[in-house]
Amino acid sequence: MSASHQHDHAHDDIGYHATLRGYATGFGLSVVLTAIPFWLVMAKVLPPGLTGFVILGFAAVQMLVHMVYFLHMNAKVEGGWSLLALIFTAAIVVIMLAGSIWVMFHMNTNMMPMPDPQAMRHMP
Amino acid sequence: MASTTTLSAPGTAPVFWDDGSHHPQQGTLLGFWLYLMSDCLIFAVLFATYAVLGRSYAAGPSGADLFDLPLVAANTALLLFSSITYGFAMIAMQHGRQRHLLAWLAVTGLLGLGFLSIELFEFSHLLHEGAGPHRSAFLSAFFTLVGTHGLHVTFGVVWLATLMLQVRKRGLTHENKRRLVCLSMFWHFLDVVWIGVFTFVYLMGSLG
Repeated sequence: MSASHQHDHAHDDIGYHATLRGYATGFGLSVVLTAIPFWLVMAKVLPPGLTGFVILGFAAVQMLVHMVYFLHMNAKVEGGWSLLALIFTAAIVVIMLAGSIWVMFHMNTNMMPMPDPQAMRHMP
Repeated sequence: MASTTTLSAPGTAPVFWDDGSHHPQQGTLLGFWLYLMSDCLIFAVLFATYAVLGRSYAAGPSGADLFDLPLVAANTALLLFSSITYGFAMIAMQHGRQRHLLAWLAVTGLLGLGFLSIELFEFSHLLHEGAGPHRSAFLSAFFTLVGTHGLHVTFGVVWLATLMLQVRKRGLTHENKRRLVCLSMFWHFLDVVWIGVFTFVYLMGSLG
């Protein structure tokens, strides 16, 4: 962090810059991104399988909106360390969620139809 | 200490190579952000548990039978409104308007309490119907995930009330501003988690 960077801040600055415009934009986008999934599910517009994927997409976009406009996340906060921690956490979360769902789904599909004893005898 | 002054010639000012410029300006905010990320992992574990167990009904009720979507929509609206009112509080803080700040914080706290009331009403309704956490793996995972989020909101409201008292007593000091920024991160983070909850648990659960 260079000396010139420090001069950009006032002495009582806590490194936080909220703007009315930022909050209003974030709120407007959030309302739209919340209302559409609720409408899709409550009005049963699309087939259930497709609706699931669409609302997950809306949730991902809305999380990004909240990160940017409400949590003021960008590559400059704390010299990039906040974003790095966020990316690392996101990677762990994706691995954990996808891994759990994948592994347990396969275990379930392999467990559910109990094999008959005749077939079990030929199993390795 | 005498040993440090021997590094520079007598009579000249001592030289300090560490001028502190590489230290982050706000260690607290980065530290609090790291706490939030670890909290995020807790919720990720609970989401993964719900993803695995969410369809194990044990011949009991499913999400489509139990969830009352208009109620969830009301809850979501309350939390979303509380996010923007906290934003207004932060803007008031930046302009040094203490009374506006306290008013917006009070509105945020009331919205948070409204959220908690609706959630407790929902929980008691489910328990009354015999759909408590003991009924099936799905309901255990549901109560754990949604309950943990509700517990976070509860502590957020307690923290918010504490900060309102602090600001009333000591004014908008640097420390209080730092605390308010931390709580804003906490509050908005809970809203992000709620996006996951209402999408993954309530909406997808209602799809059947």
